[in-house]
Amino acid sequence: MASLEPTADVKTPKPAGAGQAAPASGAEVPCVSIADPVMRLRGVSVYYQSRQALHDITLDFPRKQVTAVIGPSGCGKSTLLRCLNRMNDLIDGVRLVGEVLLDGEDIYGPDVDVIELRRRVGMVFQRAAPFPKSIYENVAYGLRICGVRRRSILDECVEQSLRRAGLWEEVKDRLGRSALELSGGQHQRLCIARAIAVNPEIILMDEPCSELDPRSTARIEDLIAELRRQYTIIIVTHNMQQAARVSDYTAFLYEGELIEFGPTRQLFTRPQRQETDDYITGRFG
Amino acid sequence: MVLGALGVVLEGGLKVFWPTAVAQVRLADGRWFLGQFQGRQLDPATGARSLLWKTGNREWDPQRQDFHWLPEDQIADILWPAEAVLLERRENGNFYGFFRKVEGPLVEPGLGQGSEDAWTRFQAALAVVRQAEASEVAPLAAEVAQCTRRLRGLKTQLRKAAYRLQRADATDAHLHPPVQAKLHRLRAQAEHLAHQGQELMNRHNARVAELRHNVAIFEHGPGQTCRIPLMDIVRGCQPNRMGVAQKAAWYAAHVKDLLIQWPRESNTEGGLFPAIFGTVLLVFVMSVLCFPVGVVAGVYLAEYARQGPLVRVVRVAVNNLAGIPSIVYGIFGLGFFIYTVGKAVDRVAFPEWAEVGQPVFGTGGVLWAALTLGLLTAPVVIVATEEALRTIPRVMREGSYALGATQWQTLTHVLLPMASPGIMTGFILATARAAGEVAPLMLTGAVKLVSDLAIDGDFPYVHLDRKFMHLGFHIYDLGFQSPNVDASQPMVYLTTLVLVLVVVGLTGSALILRNRMRRYYHPKSL
Repeated sequence: MASLEPTADVKTPKPAGAGQAAPASGAEVPCVSIADPVMRLRGVSVYYQSRQALHDITLDFPRKQVTAVIGPSGCGKSTLLRCLNRMNDLIDGVRLVGEVLLDGEDIYGPDVDVIELRRRVGMVFQRAAPFPKSIYENVAYGLRICGVRRRSILDECVEQSLRRAGLWEEVKDRLGRSALELSGGQHQRLCIARAIAVNPEIILMDEPCSELDPRSTARIEDLIAELRRQYTIIIVTHNMQQAARVSDYTAFLYEGELIEFGPTRQLFTRPQRQETDDYITGRFG
Repeated sequence: MVLGALGVVLEGGLKVFWPTAVAQVRLADGRWFLGQFQGRQLDPATGARSLLWKTGNREWDPQRQDFHWLPEDQIADILWPAEAVLLERRENGNFYGFFRKVEGPLVEPGLGQGSEDAWTRFQAALAVVRQAEASEVAPLAAEVAQCTRRLRGLKTQLRKAAYRLQRADATDAHLHPPVQAKLHRLRAQAEHLAHQGQELMNRHNARVAELRHNVAIFEHGPGQTCRIPLMDIVRGCQPNRMGVAQKAAWYAAHVKDLLIQWPRESNTEGGLFPAIFGTVLLVFVMSVLCFPVGVVAGVYLAEYARQGPLVRVVRVAVNNLAGIPSIVYGIFGLGFFIYTVGKAVDRVAFPEWAEVGQPVFGTGGVLWAALTLGLLTAPVVIVATEEALRTIPRVMREGSYALGATQWQTLTHVLLPMASPGIMTGFILATARAAGEVAPLMLTGAVKLVSDLAIDGDFPYVHLDRKFMHLGFHIYDLGFQSPNVDASQPMVYLTTLVLVLVVVGLTGSALILRNRMRRYYHPKSL
């Protein structure tokens, strides 16, 4: 693939001594056990060329819950997220060790259909970039590439997706107009509608609000709250207030290692680890 | 500077058809002639001025010249007689004279007698002959042409049969009788057809000879009269009596002829239709053949190829291709396409013609010229495609992949539509360059005059093996290869003007297409 450079949050090389600041390997990671995990990471390490971006992550994502991944810039949040739908495959020189299980099946296994995987695990990006097509075609895109041609199915699905994304009332009269005419906040909701349209099991959100104004951010957060019971949502954010507001579970990543994972309320009120406490109280990061 | 060049072309080209006044120049020794003033020149040695006159009447001039320089001091006076006539003829260029009368079986008795004006009678006689020609000669000519075409088809079959017979000799003798029979039948048909054609031709010629008895009699010098068959006259006028509206009508008729007629008089008169057709067809064929290849190459380099030293080398090579002089492409086209590919095609597909030394594809033609031009312009398209794909933000690709699209779906649904305005820009540049290129065409099939267009009513309707005329080559040929410099000069300006207009038209339509795409895919950037 051309022009896909490693993401910004893995560009910072890690100094050799930095590992010592983080908990020594082998230290017990406070990690709640999840009753019904949909996605499980088992000892996942990710390397960009020779640089290690994630260190031996073991983590379960609960089904139909919102899980926030927090941590300072460059800690590997986005890399972790992009492992979950194999988006990292698009970048040259990325290597993954360990297992990522979706409903018990390794998504990096030899006979996994990546296309199928990405339909089950949708993604919303930091920079909302609708396709240069009409609003309707943007939402219908995922269905069209699966081969859905029936107008009635497309119409119904577009409307439903736009309704769920809270955009229907605003755009129902101009579905044929270019999506690029919408505002930034509407773009992001359109991208969410686009992801919902293919009916994924999991929606990954990579800092979906970092380029939005507070009002648009509030709308997206409301939307996440509405979607939480239908989809498993994994959201990466560097905004701890946001994580606290929208998520059921929170994972804290620091320098490519999982420091702590637990129910959000517990992690923010009674963190088990000193590093977590330092981060959420703003002593570093 | 561009405006200056355009100005010269416009000035030279637009005035060609405007009928200027015809002068009667009387010399000191009592002789006179008619002509249109062209320009003057100062002889630096003597300080004497000379005037250039277009005097026409080529066949009555001792040197068969239709332009004359005349020292100013030899001229006694210059008159502008209202009755002076300018004739355009099918052969021998313009004629200037005074109309006297018409004679001939069709036009003799009482034609236009009601009118006092001699010139009206002339126009009436011309119309009668023109009509007779259209109703009697033209159908015959069409039949002759059809005969010739059928004969050409028969000869192809004949050649094939003869070749089969010749090849069959060694191996299977049983083929002999049927093929021989077919050969005989074809030969008989061809002979019959040739005979029929000859007969038609004779009838045609006889009718023409009859019609040519209808003549107009003109006085074109002191005491000199001549008889000009009305059939030979394209159109005539009396410029000194014409108003602006009549002159404009004359002008419009010429512009129409220029666009739809075949050239006459070794291209110095008549129309440019086959050259315009050839130029547009060439650009069109080039686009159809080579534009997809350029886009595919660009897509491959940008999206699929593993980025490494090899791709870098290829990219540098592509960029350098754009800087090679176009004549080098011409040589390549001649050496590779015509002599190598064309000869091979002939050996496989047309062995019967290759045998007798009559190449079909092994000689210059539209196809090879278009491919050569395609090579010349491909780098522009490749680079434009690559650049356009490269400037698409990464989130677009990822957004598509994240919805479960394959690389191909991403390319066709998202990337190519987004890149299309950029690709079109490359296409526009390529078209503009291809339309104006001459040097490679001279080696790959452009000719001075063609009798058949590359698209006509004969099966298979599109004949890309045929040679073609081209406006750029036409300019070169008229300007540098014409024996009659003064006569060809106006046509050079005109052809240049038409070429510029064709290029502007081609790129303009591509531009409109691109802007439409851009408006759709990037409404915010407007």
